[in-house]
Amino acid sequence: MTVSRSPVTQVVAIGIGAALFFVLGRFVAIPTPIPNTTISIQYAVLAVFAVLYGPLVGALAGLIGHILIDATGFGIWLSWEISSGVFGLVVGLLLLRTAIEDGVFDRALALRFTAAVVIANALAWLVVAPLGDVLIYSEPANKVWTQGALAFAANSVTAAVLGLIILSLYARTRTRTGSLSRER
Amino acid sequence: MTSPVLGYVDRTGPLHRLSGVSKLALALGVVIGAMIGFDVRYLAAVSLGSLVLWGMSRVRVRDLAVVLWLVAIFATLNNIGIFLFAPGYGTELFGTRHVLLEGPWRWDVTAEQLFYQSAVTLKYVAVLPSVLLFVATTRPPEFASSLARIGVPYRIAYAVSLALRYIPDVQREFRTISQAQQARGLDTSRAAGLRTRVRNLASVLLPLLLGTFDRIEAVSAAMELRGFGRGRRRTWLVRTPLRLPDLVLISLAVLLVAVPLVLLGVNDGRFWNPFL
Repeated sequence: MTVSRSPVTQVVAIGIGAALFFVLGRFVAIPTPIPNTTISIQYAVLAVFAVLYGPLVGALAGLIGHILIDATGFGIWLSWEISSGVFGLVVGLLLLRTAIEDGVFDRALALRFTAAVVIANALAWLVVAPLGDVLIYSEPANKVWTQGALAFAANSVTAAVLGLIILSLYARTRTRTGSLSRER
Repeated sequence: MTSPVLGYVDRTGPLHRLSGVSKLALALGVVIGAMIGFDVRYLAAVSLGSLVLWGMSRVRVRDLAVVLWLVAIFATLNNIGIFLFAPGYGTELFGTRHVLLEGPWRWDVTAEQLFYQSAVTLKYVAVLPSVLLFVATTRPPEFASSLARIGVPYRIAYAVSLALRYIPDVQREFRTISQAQQARGLDTSRAAGLRTRVRNLASVLLPLLLGTFDRIEAVSAAMELRGFGRGRRRTWLVRTPLRLPDLVLISLAVLLVAVPLVLLGVNDGRFWNPFL
């Protein structure tokens, strides 16, 4: 059972999630030789936010955080910013009902999380971002799909590995439902 | 990560006095206009306008030096990338081929390719100064209220304002935790092997995240107690009234979006083709 979050909590989670995304993406990114593409840990955190606070928070925190990163650095490049939002949205949608809040993080959920991260990354970096680059910015197709494939591979691995570690540790900090038993 | 790379630059200049709404409208106009338009003449005009605006703003180049370097590097890499992957793309787009310089295998430098790549670079040059200027001349609280005034739902505008408010806090907390863990011997630099580095990174991220979840709880409880989200609209502390220069800026923004739309029809496509 997922705890239903109040709209106010969602607003705050979007804001602070975007701030977290910004800080991790702006200052802790490892650049790769291919432009516009970094091995970035912020997507692991975004995935965790999407799981814990839902798809809307994932989508908007990713979108706002990425726009803030770009507005203070590389200039607005809309197709990639939208992709960050898509990533958060899809992870959130695929993991709508989880029992992480109740301290349950078993093998099935780990598999489901990994699959969700890979699917969301594929949608974001192999479909939305390159398509946007081609449609909006008229970039050559083989270049953007190479960039996209690189981002897909790097982000899938980092988000899945770090996300799994974080979620399993987080689940251990929660109290399990039914973990207390009456002494007789 | 000691100081913010770019933020509000406190100085009195003509752009600082303008309302956030009109500056936001202008920045959006430039971004959307440059997104639609691929006509080199239009992009060159917008770039020139952005540079003039920069001259007026009294934001010095030095304030933004780091950012400009990053951008220059990015633009260069992007251009090299385009040329390596698709040296014939210009010919494909414009339908003619004027070889300027014979290169190895398919990497001939053609006039069309140079023209196309200069258009891509100009797209960049056109957008960047206005966005940077907007960030440098608008106070964060006014940014949020401007977003709400141009029609973004106020809950989302408030989320943006929260993000801007908490960036320094998160930054400080990340630094503290990272240093504390380093003092305990957890290395996240290149010196450690990849496996240990990932595990150590997780042990920096987890306290940061748990702290963040607590903060989200606390802030949302405080906001809920004050009745956030009860009304259909809200008021904003910073709200500069619109004056004549603001109205001029807003109409300029509309013009910036309208021109490339007209050019789409005039050029019969997104590109202006000087090779025909």
